Amino acid sequence: MTDMTSSVQSTLVRPAQTRRDIGIKKRYAAERRFKAYGLAAILIGLFFLFVLLWTVVSKGYTAFQQTAITLPIEFSEQIIDPKNERGANPAKLMTANYPLLVRDALVKALGIDPANKPLVKQATDMVSASARTQLRDLVVADPAIIGTTANVSLLAEGNIDSANKGQIDLTVAEANRKVKDQQLEWMKKLTETGAMAKQFNTGLFTYGASSRPEAAGIGVAALGSLYMMLIVLVLALPIGVAASIYLEEFAPKNRLTDLIEVNINNLAAVPSIVYGLLGLSIFINFAGMPRSAAVVGGLVLTLMTLPTIIIATRAALKAVPPSIRSAALGLGASKMQTIFHHVLPLAMPGVLTGTIIGLAHALGETAPLLLIGMVAFVVDYPGSPMDPSTALPVQIYMWANEAERAFVERTSGAIMILLIFLVVMNLGAILLRRRFERRW
Amino acid sequence: MNMMSEAAVEKALDQKMNTVPFKMIGKDVSVYYGEKRALFDVNLNVRENTVTALIGPSGCGKSTFLRTLNRMNDTIDSCRVTGKITLDDGDIYDPSIDVVELRARVGMVFQKPNPFPKSIYENVTYGPKIHGLARTKAELDQIVESSLQKAGLWNEVKDRLHESGTGLSGGQQQRLCIARAVAVSPEVILMDEPCSALDPIATAKVEELIHELRANYTIVIVTHSMQQAARVSQRTAMFHLGNLVEENDTDKMFTNPDDQRTQDYIMGRFG
Repeated sequence: MTDMTSSVQSTLVRPAQTRRDIGIKKRYAAERRFKAYGLAAILIGLFFLFVLLWTVVSKGYTAFQQTAITLPIEFSEQIIDPKNERGANPAKLMTANYPLLVRDALVKALGIDPANKPLVKQATDMVSASARTQLRDLVVADPAIIGTTANVSLLAEGNIDSANKGQIDLTVAEANRKVKDQQLEWMKKLTETGAMAKQFNTGLFTYGASSRPEAAGIGVAALGSLYMMLIVLVLALPIGVAASIYLEEFAPKNRLTDLIEVNINNLAAVPSIVYGLLGLSIFINFAGMPRSAAVVGGLVLTLMTLPTIIIATRAALKAVPPSIRSAALGLGASKMQTIFHHVLPLAMPGVLTGTIIGLAHALGETAPLLLIGMVAFVVDYPGSPMDPSTALPVQIYMWANEAERAFVERTSGAIMILLIFLVVMNLGAILLRRRFERRW
Repeated sequence: MNMMSEAAVEKALDQKMNTVPFKMIGKDVSVYYGEKRALFDVNLNVRENTVTALIGPSGCGKSTFLRTLNRMNDTIDSCRVTGKITLDDGDIYDPSIDVVELRARVGMVFQKPNPFPKSIYENVTYGPKIHGLARTKAELDQIVESSLQKAGLWNEVKDRLHESGTGLSGGQQQRLCIARAVAVSPEVILMDEPCSALDPIATAKVEELIHELRANYTIVIVTHSMQQAARVSQRTAMFHLGNLVEENDTDKMFTNPDDQRTQDYIMGRFG
């Protein structure tokens, strides 16, 4: 009895032992340090992101405005069609001397002596050379305009546009400056009369490539990119999903499958320029497809995107709980029914995310497109994916090589547009995921 | 004299049981996972409209045997089954047998409740749909109601048939899984530790349900709980290390087993 009580006591009231020092304080300090490192890493990342966005936006936001000069153009029959041949020969209207109309209008608006050739030249330099096509298109569209006077808003030349936006350093000596003092004076005059004003730059979204910045836009390149994205989506999504389902669900687990799996993972890491070389040798040299066509670009980007989609899809399929498969199989569903009725729908959010990340990656890809000839000066919209076209990032790359101040802002402006596309795509991915998830 | 009468009683019991026809017959069933042998020539018969409980320590092969009965082992690549299993005299491993049809006749309920992440209604109708058991919406509605009735879940969910099945409680989910299995009108229902993830109240409900289902279905249930085996089953089979140790009437199994190992396991000496 006494034995028992003493043993109970000894278990209940143990003598105070000195605890081994296990460094509690050190542990907490380590945890705090780790948190601080993590926070610092995130802050550094955010800082660089902010710097990037700030640089792009501060340089590029002006690209969305363009200076225009509105002049009363007198569509003089004497200049356009002096011999009145347009009835018999409409082509005459295509070759008429339209810059002369601009010159006359400027001379009148600025009050210059038409005989003073250098001064007149300085004045006409202020208006974009694209004015010729602009006026021509007006006249061709409606020949009745000949003989009348109409206010036409003409694009200002790139340097004038830059000067109007205050981007030209006026402290530089006049001889070294693109914009002369006389032109600056005229600009002030035109602005005061309201003839010169900044307007929203719709041309940036609709024009194609041009050596004149004021007439250059991303419209043509964006259409090329759209064609390629459609090709990638139509080819890479079904091929990628089918490949993943086969590998994940049907393929026998052996050496060959392992080898394929390793190689798919490796392909995802292959530099994109290698895909460009592959496309060049297979699609263009061997299959004889047209150079610098969106279809070839789309095929190359499909090859490049496939590994990404396959890896994402397989991960998503793997993440579907095996109990769902058992449930369906136990009910007598075939393997195919199990996959398409239950596994794939559950994996769909992951598949979509992978696909959209792959597409976004492909949208921003430049290197492989350089090799298949999509670094092209494409002025007209490609009518089909077989026509020569270029892509958004390639357009940015080409503009970045230009010296004019107006191209610098357009480069940043185009980057902003590309980034907006990417953000929209990612938002689309999130929305699609939400929609798919709500059904369950 | 006394001995004689005891033997006579036993014989009578056997005869009583013998009048119940076999639904499934397993003859010399062996299962291999790759090189490893998991079942050794098991001869076990399942009687019609009877609850047969499979007991034994973990890894003894009772789940493996259960899964051979509807060929769920086919889904494991390395798994190989030898021997013969018949369902109503038809060899279920015969190459001409369609596994889809087999699983429509031999349904299964799993250890963890695994409703599809769809509505309760869709959970129940999935089986009938893929087996073409209903042609119209009204027929489907009928199947849903009767299946949920049989699973004792109808009153709890009839107002929210189109809410997600995963939003139910664990016990309700398991009964939904039973309803889902019942919906394809199987002849045999296999249950792999159906109550191991449930609390005692939900367990009691499922056990009661098993008791009711027995009238229309042949049930094979794997369980770790001796009490559960004793409560729900009429026949019990004890597995140990891949061998069938003993198969007997449940009453006899828990009072006077033939095999020492059964006795030890039931008394809690191992396992």
